[in-house]
Amino acid sequence: MFQVVADGLIIGSVISLGAIGLSLTMAIVRFSNFSHGELLAWGAYLALIVSSLMPSTATPIGPFSFGWGLMVSMFASAAGTALLALLLDTILFRRLRKQGSITLVIASFGAALMLRNVLLFWQGGVPQYYSQNLQIAMPVLPRSFHGGLRFTPDQLLVLVLTMALVTGLHLFLRYSVLGRSMRATALNPALARVTGIDPERVLRASWMMGGALAAVAGVFAGITVQLRPTMGVDLLLPLFAAVILGGIGSIWGAVLGGLLVGLAESASVTLAGAEYREAAAFAVLIVILMVRPNGLFGEKA
Amino acid sequence: MPVLSYASFFLVFASIYAIITLGLNLQWGFTGLFNVGVSGFVAIGAYTSALLTARHGWPVAGGLAAAALLSGLAGLFVGTLVLRLRRDYLAITTFGVAVTIQVVANNATRLTGGPFGVQFIPKPMEAWLGTGLRWNLAYLALVLVLLGVIYLALEKLVNSPWGRVLRAIREDEETALSVGKRVFLFRLQSFVMGSMLMGLGGALYAHFLGFIAPDDFLPILTFQMWAMLIVGGAGSNLGALMGAFLVWGFWTVSGGLLRGWIPQADQARAAALQVVLIGLLISGMLVARPRGLFKSKG
Repeated sequence: MFQVVADGLIIGSVISLGAIGLSLTMAIVRFSNFSHGELLAWGAYLALIVSSLMPSTATPIGPFSFGWGLMVSMFASAAGTALLALLLDTILFRRLRKQGSITLVIASFGAALMLRNVLLFWQGGVPQYYSQNLQIAMPVLPRSFHGGLRFTPDQLLVLVLTMALVTGLHLFLRYSVLGRSMRATALNPALARVTGIDPERVLRASWMMGGALAAVAGVFAGITVQLRPTMGVDLLLPLFAAVILGGIGSIWGAVLGGLLVGLAESASVTLAGAEYREAAAFAVLIVILMVRPNGLFGEKA
Repeated sequence: MPVLSYASFFLVFASIYAIITLGLNLQWGFTGLFNVGVSGFVAIGAYTSALLTARHGWPVAGGLAAAALLSGLAGLFVGTLVLRLRRDYLAITTFGVAVTIQVVANNATRLTGGPFGVQFIPKPMEAWLGTGLRWNLAYLALVLVLLGVIYLALEKLVNSPWGRVLRAIREDEETALSVGKRVFLFRLQSFVMGSMLMGLGGALYAHFLGFIAPDDFLPILTFQMWAMLIVGGAGSNLGALMGAFLVWGFWTVSGGLLRGWIPQADQARAAALQVVLIGLLISGMLVARPRGLFKSKG
């Protein structure tokens, strides 16, 4: 029981981070970006490549399975993935913006297939790991107490870092000038422009922020599960379900949506078996569309 | 003779894809409904007909009808749920359909045969024609006749008052509403009919090959259908038809060339490169010639 919740929160924190970026681009750039999942995968692999360039930093720190090199690589990868998102916008999405949001959706679907297959071509299809070190899960509650509760140190770190990142992001969007312009553009682009906000600058910031968060989510998925070229597309449906559940454009909505989808996935593993996990996100999506299509925190359709 | 046999294979696939692309064109080209789960609707049709004929002794014609019906029902479910909402919700939900069908096909082993799929799917008229070239050509004739009937019916449909309302909705929903057209119902009808054509295409695919597996219905299939429609020109039935033959030709030739260049051990990577190529084709087409090759004005 506790373990199901804990597992759900760990999957959920990866989904949350990815969903925030997706929600931002859906609110500010105004289309459903099907290539967002690939940014997670690219982020994860970029960190793997950077960290393999610095083998001396791979010695595990404390109880964790990886060295500080991976944390440095994560920042490098966040920067790289932010640039990748910006590059995609420059060479593809920017040119199509005038043709309307659905053309952008098609283009993003095409971009996703390309990004995924370039990654597959480059890195091969075999799953990879950041570290070969095995971790023993620490018992938090004994097995006799409702099935008990165990965490690995890596999982706990992912949870803590996610919460820290989300709080930081919240403060940024709430109090910084750029953050406020982003929220204003998301709510009403025409009005934001009238008040002197440069829409192109906001757009660039959203792409970069979405890319950086996706990279971190990808690294976290790599730490807690593994790296595969299809990891992005496998997470795409949960990401969309989380965004819609939380309400497009709402940061806390995306976080809560991500955690709820994570919980649904982990509950479905217990109820229906691990192989139906991917269908859990679809079930959440269908239910939310039936009951409350604007999401928990959405303004209006 | 091998040339003829190869040509019949190529043409059967291209014609089946043309049927699916015509369904997609009805949804997207004429109604502006964006379906990212084409592979899911095709899979529903393929599995329906395969299971009914191979396991329950249905005649192939019955299987084809049931395939169209069930894919149509899936379309009805999705359409009723999301066609009143934001436009891209349809994209997300149809994507979810494709993912979920893939999960079920792979894991509900007792129903779908799991990763190994369904074998020994009856080939129509096989007892009479044998399995060789003669059968391939007869099947090609059957698919071509179906394609022709569907093409003509769609041409008639989109030029009827019903089709004019569809285009009016696509161009300006508010105006269509203001003259009293029930936009949601028109959209739903178009979406369901398109889904039925996809299901029929899937069933035709299953009976041609005689075996299907979940891997036949990966997202790449959706992408190929979109490439066909975009290259040919969305909103034109002739464009959808020509696009299917052209892109399938491009796909076959590029696949053959890449397999020739890249060593045997790296064939998986060759397949990846092929997808990148067709991705470039579709993106380049969207940027450079968004109306497609065969789309006339209006």
